[in-house]
Amino acid sequence: MNDTGIGASVRRKEDFRFLTGQGTYTDDINRPGQTYGYILRSPVAHAKINGIDLAEAKAAPGVVAIFTGDDMQVGSIPCGWGVNNKDGSPMNEPPHPALAQGKVRHVGDQVAIVIAESYAEARAAAELIDVDYEELPAVADLATALDQSTLVHDEAPGNLCYDWEIGEEAQVNAIFESAHHVTSMDIVNNRLVPNAMEPRAAIGEYDSATGEYTLYTTSQNPHVIRLLMGAFVLQIPEHKLRVVAPDVGGGFGSKIFHYAEEAIVTWAAQKVRRPIKWRAERSESFLSDAHGRDHVTKAELALDQDGKFIGLRCYTKANMGAYLSTFSTCVPTYLHATLLAGVYTTPAIYCNVKAVFTNTVPVDAYRGAGRPEATYLLERLVDRAARETGMSQSEIRRKNFIPEDAFPYQTPVALQYDSGNYTATLDRAEELADVAGFQARRSEAASRGKLRGLGYSTYVEACGIAPSAVVGSLGARAGLFESANIRVHPTGSVTVYTGSHSHGQGHETTFAQLVSDSLGIPIENVDISHGDTNKVAFGMGTYGSRSLAVGGEAIMKALDKVITKSKKIAAHVLEADSADIEFKDGKFTVAGTDREMAFGDVALTAYVPHNFPHDELEPGLEEQAFYDPMNFTYPAGCHICEVEIDPDTGVVEVVAMTAMDDVGRVINPMIVEGQIHGGLAQGIGQALMEGARYDDDGQLLTGSYMDYCMPRADDLPDFKVGTTTTLCTHNSLGVKGCGEVGAIGSPPAVINAVVDALWDQGVRDIAMPATPNAVWNALNGAKTAMAAE
Amino acid sequence: MYEFNYHKASSVSDAEQALRNASDGKIVAGGQTLLPTLKQRLASPSDLIDLGGCSELCGISVDGDTVTIGAMTTHAMVANSAEVQSAIPALAGLASNIGDAQVRNLGTIGGSIANNDPAADYPAACLGLGAVIVTDKREIVADDFFTGLFETALDEHEIITAIRFPKPEKACYQKFPNPASRYALVGVMVAKMSSGVRVAVTGAGADGVFRVDAFESALDGSFSASSLDIEMVHLPDLLEDIHGSPGYRENLIRVMGKRAVEACG
Repeated sequence: MNDTGIGASVRRKEDFRFLTGQGTYTDDINRPGQTYGYILRSPVAHAKINGIDLAEAKAAPGVVAIFTGDDMQVGSIPCGWGVNNKDGSPMNEPPHPALAQGKVRHVGDQVAIVIAESYAEARAAAELIDVDYEELPAVADLATALDQSTLVHDEAPGNLCYDWEIGEEAQVNAIFESAHHVTSMDIVNNRLVPNAMEPRAAIGEYDSATGEYTLYTTSQNPHVIRLLMGAFVLQIPEHKLRVVAPDVGGGFGSKIFHYAEEAIVTWAAQKVRRPIKWRAERSESFLSDAHGRDHVTKAELALDQDGKFIGLRCYTKANMGAYLSTFSTCVPTYLHATLLAGVYTTPAIYCNVKAVFTNTVPVDAYRGAGRPEATYLLERLVDRAARETGMSQSEIRRKNFIPEDAFPYQTPVALQYDSGNYTATLDRAEELADVAGFQARRSEAASRGKLRGLGYSTYVEACGIAPSAVVGSLGARAGLFESANIRVHPTGSVTVYTGSHSHGQGHETTFAQLVSDSLGIPIENVDISHGDTNKVAFGMGTYGSRSLAVGGEAIMKALDKVITKSKKIAAHVLEADSADIEFKDGKFTVAGTDREMAFGDVALTAYVPHNFPHDELEPGLEEQAFYDPMNFTYPAGCHICEVEIDPDTGVVEVVAMTAMDDVGRVINPMIVEGQIHGGLAQGIGQALMEGARYDDDGQLLTGSYMDYCMPRADDLPDFKVGTTTTLCTHNSLGVKGCGEVGAIGSPPAVINAVVDALWDQGVRDIAMPATPNAVWNALNGAKTAMAAE
Repeated sequence: MYEFNYHKASSVSDAEQALRNASDGKIVAGGQTLLPTLKQRLASPSDLIDLGGCSELCGISVDGDTVTIGAMTTHAMVANSAEVQSAIPALAGLASNIGDAQVRNLGTIGGSIANNDPAADYPAACLGLGAVIVTDKREIVADDFFTGLFETALDEHEIITAIRFPKPEKACYQKFPNPASRYALVGVMVAKMSSGVRVAVTGAGADGVFRVDAFESALDGSFSASSLDIEMVHLPDLLEDIHGSPGYRENLIRVMGKRAVEACG
């Protein structure tokens, strides 16, 4: 290994620019003649628009133009994944207009864009627009939405998007009838607001000389935006549409999706013949960024007399919000129900998912996307089952783990896990968490009047999304490969053009390490270029922890091609057969001789070829590769959380958080650790602090940081993080992905720890977020119930 | 933000004059509440009169058993003042826990009190310690000053110039922060004054800061935490929101009250 190669904790190349304020984010870009757009949003959750009076606003100072849905008659914003109902019929997919067409369906829905010389003028003019809203009752509550007579979309009777299932319900029911023990729980996965540090922004531009459009946008996948917006919404062909996603300040999934504002500014730029910049205010982010999670599930686990899991059945309602966002439909199905085997040998699984429309902000993928929901319900069930059957948390898991020698392991819910060693991960986690010393720590805490609890979570997730064949069979309307282009410059430096987008993950370092390692060149000689459809041939972007397992593999494939061609060039110069050329440590050597050629000399020769054989060797050194994986990758791990609860106030303190994760081969340990830290912070945030709440009228009660609680540094302990490694068997790097494991594995560990602390006080369950008030209520409710007995 | 006229006052009388001349003027002290409100377009004053240039309003002095703090004195200055730390450590401690460093470096005691946010900390200090609010026109005892949510006894053109705190025998402020905003979900100031014990609660009352008579008489009887295991009769209506039910807030009043008594020693 060289000191900037695979396995080295190289400091992030991009951090100097970020930490010194020299990043270029969308809002840092200003185009000549630029105007500013303000999106007028609906203040009500559900209403007919009987009329919009623009007269006064159009006359306001600085106003260039105002457009409403009547002006913007374009295609519907598409959903990327089709899901079929149980009976095989397609899901209900009502139109998703960029600007409201006669009706608004959630607070924050786009009603008009005001374009002015300054943002302040646009915003001031927007207040002069008189919209005649005829308010309708709101469908605000997921649990009861299917029973309401009010329809979010007239096209969707019963507010149902789809009624989907996986597994054989009758077979699973039969198993439950004969089960020795059944554990049953009602589980809510709380709704979250993503809160990337950089709010969304977009600049639309139109060049009337060439007919070319440019969209600068805060996106995790510019090529996907070009495809969705160009082909489906605005009908602009690819060669006339450039999408640039420059530095992006965090996404967590919320910047995957094609948003209305992107289409609005691109379309309107052509109308006003000037660039238009829009940037969300934080309050707008709460009302327009797709939210995450929001499931309610009835879940049951059947066990035999030996404590083995013999069946699982789940009935989930998943909130789609008011419109189908890009990935929304696949989250509760293909990314949730297919994970319900978890790390266990449960032989029979049934899951029914009803996707539901409500008058709330659209719900879509958020760090983990479906897999945190699956992990949470499974690990809460396992925790409860252990308590009900008298097993320890460790024992029930060990008894039911898929054994090390069973891989590849075909689950009953479509996925085939390639590798893993769950017992080894649990062993190391228990050791790192000092589980053996827990009882002593609990006693010590009790002497201070504190309730101490320990919670486990053993999880597996599917990432490296995605194998095109598998996701195609599941309903993806596109394959999810990745591309890479390696351009070797004449002096031997390298630019990598990747379709993966970096918005905090450190690709500029990790990907450069792959090149440094493979070509034996200094990391300073490698640049990673991404985020511009005019530079990168194509790409499917960054989500589902796919950048290294898919994008990185594409880079490796392209590097293989570069090395193959380099060998031909070296063979030509060294007058040997290319089969006899060996490549090691940046040098091409004729086997068994001391004749050699450095990589830099090969590169120069490629661009100043004097006598290349015309029929065998082209000048230049640049290679392109597309990689489509054979399977998902399956990171897994064990998280153990220890909490201390103050019974007087209900405050839960996370006193220790241990994460032992198997993410396959680790390219940069420091970056992996950072990714896991971030995921854990979000997981603890979901478990204890974060929760989006709507009132009955569909108003968001948690619309700012005054009420939406984000985790802060002083809410978190020093994390104990480690990795175990089983290699992915179907990619050359053996990598699995690390971006989401922290957010997937940790919430049930935290809640299981809270329940462990409260169990002896009579508390049996607590919903996320376990806020101080909620914990205090649970304790006092249990006290009251115990007193009554 | 809507447009407004800006005046930087050089003195209190200058500010008062500007306030009288404005059709809908507003005093800005540290601006830590007003400016965000303006940015969100929730207020549209015709004129902003900035007290930042009134050096007479800034400073801390101790005279016998009285600590006088100028209205434009920042939270950081109160928190870091050796004189306050020595005379009323509970007050310095309270100031050191308001907001974050940026807020403490700009926010002022006069601004906080004039705004009378029901979850602000300083109203509990004023009411709990029995402070006197000094204005350019008169002196108002804290018991008469805080009249409701964001409401005070200040007249339309009246400006706070200083707050006078009597030195307690002992005092402690215990704050239970709202997990999201970190304002007080419940904050309790317990002060043993020469005239008797005072207990003031912020964050919990539907009408803002209030005193807990039952606690005060119990502590007058015996200044110990266990004295607070009594029914809190005559509590005002308590706030209810997603962070705390009235029952939870009532519990926190007792828990924080006891902790304050214990910390008083």
